[in-house]
Amino acid sequence: MLAYVIRRVLATIPIMGIVAVFVFLMLHMSPGDPAVIIAGDFAGPEEVEEIRRQLGLHQPLIVQFGSWLGSLLQGDLGTSIYSGLPVTRLIGQRVEPTLLLTLCTIAIAVTCAIPLGVIAAWKAGGWLDRIVMAFAVMGFSMPVFVLGYFLIAGGSMQLGWFPVQGYTSLFVNPWEFLLHITLPAITLGVVYMALIARMTRATMLEVLNEDYIRTAYAKGVPTHKVLIKHALKNAMVPIVTTIGLGVALLIGGVVVTESVFAIPGLGRLTVDAVLRTDYPVIQAVILVFSFAYVLLNLLVDLSYVLFDPRIRY
Amino acid sequence: MTYSLRSRTPSSGLRTMLGASLLAVPLVAAATLATPAVADDEESVLRIVPHADLRNIDPIWTTAYITRNHGYLVWDTLFALDENLEVQPQMVDTHEVSDDGLVYTFTLREGMTFHDGAPVTADDAVASLERWAARDGMGQKLMDFTDSIESVDDLTFTLTLSEPYGLVLESLGKISSNVPFIMPQRLAETDPNTQIEEVIGSGPFRFVEEEWQPGNRVVYERFEDYVPRDEPASYAAGGKVANVDRVEWHYIPDASTATQALLAGEVDYYEEPPVDLLPMLEQDSGINIELIDPLGSQGVIRPNFLHPPFDDVYARRALMMAVQQSDYMYAILGNPEYFEEFCGAYFMCGGPYETDVGSEPLEEKNLDEARALLEQSDYDGREVLILDPTDTPVAHGQALVTAQALREIGMNVRLVAMDWATMTSRRAVREAPEEGGWNIFPTWWLAVDQLNPISNISVSGSGDDAWFGWPENETIEQLRDDFARAEGFDAQMAVVEELQQELYDFVPYIPTGQYYQPTAYRDNVTGVMNTPVPFFWNIEVE
Repeated sequence: MLAYVIRRVLATIPIMGIVAVFVFLMLHMSPGDPAVIIAGDFAGPEEVEEIRRQLGLHQPLIVQFGSWLGSLLQGDLGTSIYSGLPVTRLIGQRVEPTLLLTLCTIAIAVTCAIPLGVIAAWKAGGWLDRIVMAFAVMGFSMPVFVLGYFLIAGGSMQLGWFPVQGYTSLFVNPWEFLLHITLPAITLGVVYMALIARMTRATMLEVLNEDYIRTAYAKGVPTHKVLIKHALKNAMVPIVTTIGLGVALLIGGVVVTESVFAIPGLGRLTVDAVLRTDYPVIQAVILVFSFAYVLLNLLVDLSYVLFDPRIRY
Repeated sequence: MTYSLRSRTPSSGLRTMLGASLLAVPLVAAATLATPAVADDEESVLRIVPHADLRNIDPIWTTAYITRNHGYLVWDTLFALDENLEVQPQMVDTHEVSDDGLVYTFTLREGMTFHDGAPVTADDAVASLERWAARDGMGQKLMDFTDSIESVDDLTFTLTLSEPYGLVLESLGKISSNVPFIMPQRLAETDPNTQIEEVIGSGPFRFVEEEWQPGNRVVYERFEDYVPRDEPASYAAGGKVANVDRVEWHYIPDASTATQALLAGEVDYYEEPPVDLLPMLEQDSGINIELIDPLGSQGVIRPNFLHPPFDDVYARRALMMAVQQSDYMYAILGNPEYFEEFCGAYFMCGGPYETDVGSEPLEEKNLDEARALLEQSDYDGREVLILDPTDTPVAHGQALVTAQALREIGMNVRLVAMDWATMTSRRAVREAPEEGGWNIFPTWWLAVDQLNPISNISVSGSGDDAWFGWPENETIEQLRDDFARAEGFDAQMAVVEELQQELYDFVPYIPTGQYYQPTAYRDNVTGVMNTPVPFFWNIEVE
């Protein structure tokens, strides 16, 4: 297994390389010139050219790429064109909110979605199934920002239980953190929950038709044990895969959720950077997201051994 | 991955997985036991939702209004504009002008210090003015007439002109971007095209660098050693008394969320709530909605003078006859409470140089006359390309109205949708529209930037050196220079009237209307001044 992990981690290097090249080319070939934006309305062509020179944007693309890659390999993600701050600092400030929002979202979604999916499969065709699936379809179809506003209107403005916006670090004031993270995590969690509940129901239905389930029932194993121990465990591999792949879906939702609830996370950093064509920040954030996604997929693959004893690495 | 049929029964596998998914819950519970941060209840904090995020900190390096607002908290100016739009000394104690009008001698107030404890000296002022003049349009114009700026002693410096120039104090008291803020010499010696790395000023508030989170929060603390002037605060002039301990900018990008945050009392002051969300705020009697900026903004439609059809004055006049301001204003704002039905003054209604000379063609649209003017032009039916920044409502609305008007007079129009950042790059392209250039782009300026022929760079007719669109008109440039040399208001006004007639004949751009951006704040906030730039001194929070 260790060899497999090392192989997979090493395999991330070419993947990240391809991502880096792709991101670099995509950004530098897209419209929008940071030098012009920086120069402002009063600047003439010479000043724009001077700014472009200072930013290194006057050099051939390949030289710019080489320079960026060289810095990257030394752990230097560069400096934000706009704020003049190191990109590592900007990302460092933004990692915690996004990471904890994602974790809370996954926690809420998984703990609700799996039981809902199991119940729906168990009562397939019945009213309970229909309610759960209707909820799942609605959750998956509703735009994140609509649900966000709805929760703000109810949870913040009507009930006054939660703040409308903002973020407090878990390590500064845990209670404030909980208050701030609840509505965003529910907002994002509903979409994710719908995805997992549907997958859980589908795979559970498949497993519940297996012979060994009938055998278990025939032997008098209680229903909850059949569902949880026999069926769910064997249905977990595709569910875990969905959980992992669904994180990609989460990233898009995080950007919107962070904007609606004014959470200073990586999602908002990305949007702000894109609007200003702040190349170093965009490149770094996409690399961070890509790396996290690759690692998450590795963890998902490794987790298969927990559910299927036939799988070995 | 390999499969093995060897039996393994990890009985706790499922529990482990479910337990892992709950990781955040015990983590949160454990952390709840930690000691919460203690807030200082005695501290008065003004919590503001600014109109934009503070992305860069150098108000000389960028013209961004948000950085200008930041600049006013941190830095001070030699002169400043008061509510009568007259220039008053601010950091300057006394100043003298030589009899020939060429040598200005300035003496700074005693006892001023920077936030790092260093005294403010004449050397700081000289270096700051030189850096500002390298970036700012009005500063560059001043330097065209300047021989030297030199310090005489610790508190005195001179500005020597090569010929009399009537806008020396107006330039030094310029209220909007780029404002000639006075920085420590070591910062002011930074290359004008490079951002300063430290935020050290001598203004009423100190920038708290360690609490700055770009994209989220900016914090300022009262500078205890700041000595305000004795006069009452008036626009950027007078005593800048910091009445709150902290000013916090909480950037909330989503307008609906920001509105809810103000309603919920999570913030005190919302700088630019969208007009269409005002009805929500108006329902709360604890919220004041005011037009803080009495001068407002001016919408602008800029044609490109380098390429057909708008290189032809008849086509530009046809464009002007085809539109009317109220169409733009209704499209952008909807609510007539927040705009003028008509303002024909290129240098703003309510400004010192307001005049309606020559404005008849813009007053009411006349499509027949517009078509007749287009007939006189060389327009050959070619496609007119309008840049349309769809992410910026003020500009997007103008693009749509212009396109419709031009179609009505028979022009072949194409709107090119893009974001604002792309538009700012595209408008700098001088090639023909079919080669990546453009024919028209929409934008807007704050009125304080448009108040006179020098600060209003959109009227400049200096060809290649002019603002995007590059009109060339020697008469306009001559009149701008005449304005700069004119002594006394009457002489200046005479030039402005002549200039405005020329502008309406030549059509460097179309002013699409004067409108006002409301500000909303809770009733625990008092002392908000009506100013074109939001200032945060003089304000108290209960």
